[in-house]
Amino acid sequence: MPPASGASWGRFPRATQQIIPLHWRDAALPEASGTLLAYGNGRSYGDSCLNDGGTLLHTRGLNRFIGFDPVTGILRCEAGVLFSEILDFAVPRGWFLPVVPGTRYITVGGAIANDVHGKNHHRAGTFGEHVACFELLRSDGSRVVCSREANAGLFAATVGGLGLTGVVTWAEFALKRVPGAQMATETLRFGGLTEFFALSAQSEADHEYTVAWIDCSASGRSFGRGLFIRANHSTTNGTLAPPRRLRMPFTPPLSLINRASLRAFNAAYFHGSRQGHAISHYEPYFFPLDAIADWNRIYGPRGFLQYQCVVAPENADAAVAELLQRIAASGSGSFLAVLKVFSDRPAAGILSFPRAGTTLALDFPNRGAPTLALLEQLDDIVVAADGAVYPAKDARLKGARFRRYFPQWEQMLPHVDPRFSSGFWRRVMET
Amino acid sequence: MRKILIIGATSAIAEAAARIFATRGDALFLIARNAEHLRAVVADLNIRGAARADSATLDVTDFAAHDAVIEKAERDLGGIDIALIAHGTLSDQAQCEQSVDVMRREFDINALSTLALLTALANRMEARRSGTLAVISSVAGDRGRQSNYVYGAAKAAVSTFLGGLRQRMAKSGVSVLTIKPGFVDTPMTAAIANKGALWAQPDRVAAGIVQAIDRRRNIVYLPWFWRWIMLVIRHIPEPLFKRLKL
Repeated sequence: MPPASGASWGRFPRATQQIIPLHWRDAALPEASGTLLAYGNGRSYGDSCLNDGGTLLHTRGLNRFIGFDPVTGILRCEAGVLFSEILDFAVPRGWFLPVVPGTRYITVGGAIANDVHGKNHHRAGTFGEHVACFELLRSDGSRVVCSREANAGLFAATVGGLGLTGVVTWAEFALKRVPGAQMATETLRFGGLTEFFALSAQSEADHEYTVAWIDCSASGRSFGRGLFIRANHSTTNGTLAPPRRLRMPFTPPLSLINRASLRAFNAAYFHGSRQGHAISHYEPYFFPLDAIADWNRIYGPRGFLQYQCVVAPENADAAVAELLQRIAASGSGSFLAVLKVFSDRPAAGILSFPRAGTTLALDFPNRGAPTLALLEQLDDIVVAADGAVYPAKDARLKGARFRRYFPQWEQMLPHVDPRFSSGFWRRVMET
Repeated sequence: MRKILIIGATSAIAEAAARIFATRGDALFLIARNAEHLRAVVADLNIRGAARADSATLDVTDFAAHDAVIEKAERDLGGIDIALIAHGTLSDQAQCEQSVDVMRREFDINALSTLALLTALANRMEARRSGTLAVISSVAGDRGRQSNYVYGAAKAAVSTFLGGLRQRMAKSGVSVLTIKPGFVDTPMTAAIANKGALWAQPDRVAAGIVQAIDRRRNIVYLPWFWRWIMLVIRHIPEPLFKRLKL
């Protein structure tokens, strides 16, 4: 099959690669040219799920459940199963995933490879912390079952390991009990960062989930304003239906996100959002953007870059303020800017991103050099604040910065499968 | 709960249909060649909520083995309400042109084995005066084209056979569904590189199959637009058609 051109969720950069779908977990790795990389549902934003000049092994065909214990909630399934498929199965039976990120359209393999986190990081940590074991298929044909007890080194290298250690064929993890599909949410306005940090500290004991939306275009007296949303699974009986899905039907010739639209959107969202308590279906609460299929098209044909960083707790207030000032001054930035305080749990994987501190995530329409220059400036702030940038969202980080953000990176090297690589990995190893 | 037999059950479309049945709590009996793959699919369906899921292996070109497997399925399920026949291979047209053996083997798999299985199943359903026979044919059977006329001829045989069988079975209250998928992105078509806008995912085709079975339809094109594409293709006059690249 000739190589095909493709891109990830950020639609930047593009890569040309051979695509080979996998369908059976007991099958050997296919014959392929160049380096290999497992590709799940393509929700990584940059090039950590791309392999220009090599081969992508599509894992969506590995989408079977293998075992489920309805008493303990322990689920074993193939690595291409989507979180959405697990939730469709589990929620009606009274179970929920222990950790979910902002989209449910990710595979189990992708969740492990990026050690994803969610709004309950302060309680539950990352997804990798809940994985009991998985099977890794290596390019030498060996199959290694990894857990914290057996092959612990490969386990820690694979959790958050960006697919570099081989193909995860199946994984086992425990679901958690929930009373139903409903969430009890509370939305509170905050006027600045000090208020945000106070709300966050107050809310963690009584709320399983906390997250904040922050107006990244606000300046002057409105600087640092946002909405703090905290929630628990609701015991309310009821069957709120999930909302209908819409679709962004085409890619506009230009990004619809620009300085004017952004300020208008953000102001309207800040003032228009209902404060106080509400009951919501879990889908709009956890996955608001999943309601619009192909929303990434809104940034036009050049795509966008997401920037997600974490800054250390001791510098968090000042560093976040500096990041927001830099972004507001640039006039760039996104509608959905997210702020969350991580807990100081030990990381599950060698390259896991979450660590003690505060994380900020936002999208930038790709305007070429000015956008890349802005992100470099943000990196300067993050480096000074003892922070890190999330590889799953990245398309431009330089190697020196990566090695600073992940000083333990050399521990990965003995575990990286010699046939496996990615665009991201070559970039940060070779620059 | 309905009792459903699926032949070719490890094909992507059949597996997707089986998941819909399993989620509804139906009882399933699966037949395919590869025991390991069958085990993986059966375990998945049991977890998803199938009243039961069992399986047996069969090479469909082993005609002498058909009766015993159908007998076992009927006994295990306690009768068959729905039989979905989904096995097949996408013939290599160039090889079929060079080798009569290859051509005959493709015909055995895609036509004769299906007709044999249908004969056995139809007689049982006719005697019980109930049931549904659902068979995956193909839009390729609607008109012979140089790119795949051996596969197309086999599917044409299946479609024509089903047309006659439908008339015969109508008297006994047995419904016969001819399923004509267009391009579907499955392992069977993995060798085709440029999958354009006409390609559908197996889930979507499977949902269409289940709906057509529920509504006791006769012929269904999946996705729907293939009905109109094939209407046009069937009506291109032969003198023009023979010059086309299709």
